[in-house]
Amino acid sequence: MPLLSVDDLTVTFRGGHGRPPTRAVDGVSFQVDAGRVTGLVGESGCGKSVTALALMGLLPGKGVDRGGSAVLDVGAGSEFVASGPVDLLGLGPGALRDLRGSRIAMIFQDPLSSLNPVVPIGVQVTEILERHRGLRGAPARKEAADLLDRVGIPDPTRRLKEYPHQLSGGMRQRALIAMAVACAPRLLIADEPTTALDVTIQAQILELLKELVDQEGTALLMITHDLGVVAGLCEQVNVLYAGRVVESAGRRELFAHPTHPYAHGLLGSIPRLDAPRGDPLHPIRGSINDRIAWQDGCAFAPRCDFYDEECLEGPPALTEPRRPDHRVRCVHPVLDTTAEEVTA
Amino acid sequence: MLLLVVSAVTFAIFFLVPRIGGQTVDQLAVQYVGKDANPESVAAVKKNLGLDQPLLVQYYDFVKAIVVGANYQFGPDPVTCNAPCFGYSFKTHVEVWPEITQRIPVTLSLAVGAAVLWLVSGVTIGVISALKRGSIVDRLSMTVALLGVSLPIFFTGLLGLALFTSQWPIWDTIEFVPFSESPGEWAWNLLLPWASLAFLYSALYARLTRAGMLETMSEDYIRTARAKGLRESKVVTKHGLRAALTPIVTIFGMDFGLMLGGAVLTESVFSFQGMGAYAVQAVRESDLPIVMGVTLTAAFFIVFCNLIVDLVYAAIDPRVRYS
Repeated sequence: MPLLSVDDLTVTFRGGHGRPPTRAVDGVSFQVDAGRVTGLVGESGCGKSVTALALMGLLPGKGVDRGGSAVLDVGAGSEFVASGPVDLLGLGPGALRDLRGSRIAMIFQDPLSSLNPVVPIGVQVTEILERHRGLRGAPARKEAADLLDRVGIPDPTRRLKEYPHQLSGGMRQRALIAMAVACAPRLLIADEPTTALDVTIQAQILELLKELVDQEGTALLMITHDLGVVAGLCEQVNVLYAGRVVESAGRRELFAHPTHPYAHGLLGSIPRLDAPRGDPLHPIRGSINDRIAWQDGCAFAPRCDFYDEECLEGPPALTEPRRPDHRVRCVHPVLDTTAEEVTA
Repeated sequence: MLLLVVSAVTFAIFFLVPRIGGQTVDQLAVQYVGKDANPESVAAVKKNLGLDQPLLVQYYDFVKAIVVGANYQFGPDPVTCNAPCFGYSFKTHVEVWPEITQRIPVTLSLAVGAAVLWLVSGVTIGVISALKRGSIVDRLSMTVALLGVSLPIFFTGLLGLALFTSQWPIWDTIEFVPFSESPGEWAWNLLLPWASLAFLYSALYARLTRAGMLETMSEDYIRTARAKGLRESKVVTKHGLRAALTPIVTIFGMDFGLMLGGAVLTESVFSFQGMGAYAVQAVRESDLPIVMGVTLTAAFFIVFCNLIVDLVYAAIDPRVRYS
């Protein structure tokens, strides 16, 4: 049984005041296996962050409709948390709060705005220790210092007393990671954790995440638009388009044989140093706004090179045109792929 | 910085206050002499009070008096004004400073109690309004808040007096009882003035808090706090309110300082002999030394409160400390 099994997840923002509702996530299904790194990849607006927030129960209560299920294997229970599998979407706010931070944790995109500027780092770390592990006072501070040390923040005891603005960008993200792993969660969701950072710092943060996942056996759900991050970190990749998973495969398989025209186009659009001089870039034409609703056909059809009438005959089903663990949602999968082998 | 402002204020008071009404030095002296002014007595008064001296010398004497006290040759006997001499009223023949110190407890009691009441109620209402944004509670409290901001104290205060001393007499009369005499009576008599003042101010603070909370509660770090599984009450107080506090503290420093200088209207409405009432009386009687003394004291309170605000800033917003 997978650690997290998301099935037909939908999130709709009600419009109100005469505006039509927006379906940000439109039937997303994927699985996260324990102790592995799973990627959720897609361009801006494809619903990846909303998926993460829905799993965390952090979407606003009013004006948002959720559907489908997301079953998490909580593992051993505790004083607060019942054991066994639970549906995250079916839990009440209290039960969800008990899981948040202890069984599932999340790292956000912008480390500066994600830390409270007027609260010392130490307090922001110890409050989660107090909430889920009952640690207070000196033991909590000791544990917090150990956590900062583990995520590679030098001189942790001094840093505990400092405020976010006194830390560098990389250091802030490390502090946020320390908070996220403070209670050894079973699932860690990272929503573009490196987008706001310098390239050198990005590599360090990814390295740190990898280490933590390996040591703790924590599963990592990596949400990103950066194919470099996917190539470096994710073992299983789900490509999201317009709120639905269009391709799901292992990393090597996906990079070697991108089969959905969108994934194919994505990989083809990466500029290559060994391409001949004067070779033009190959962007996917149009934007994510050029789409049709999934129930009318393939949302990607308006931008697709392989588009024909058949694409508009209802939503395409997930098929396995190449091998059993490589699922593609397309009626015209790119099978004769001569796409340049991208070494993962 | 503090000293600089106080000196500037002293200077301004010294030069401006005696000129209000466009009086010349002679007219001023005539006032001090009283009914039977003749050129000789006026000249004598001018000389004795130093009014014939250059302005800077007069200013020096004025400041010197505050520090070491002064003797005035007035009438047959010299009068002594002990340090800190904030002036000597030649009309009522009293030193101004003891009069002020006698009235400070009244003003202070009024200000402190009202401030506690309006801070607590204003911030609480503001927080609840922000959290229940758009709900009945929000709309109702914001409407009441608007009423509070709009209604002047001489309306709400008088209405309160009318309702609770004659219509439903909870109080027979309202008069100031010193805290040292009877804390219970002190608080009981001050309750209505506090409430009327707090109604006016808490409205402002409720709106201010609501605006601040709406802003901070949509910040990313609130999401982080929720992602940690913290209880909503903790998220609101520890992360939301904490960050929304800065503008509230700013305004509070100003308001509280102003109030320590005398809540003129409130004191009049409830017939309290505080600093404000004293100032009004002095202005009415053109008793310049008193006006100057009270103004100086009030200015000092405002400057002092703003200093405290700056210190509190550093405590609640660490970014201020280093920049």
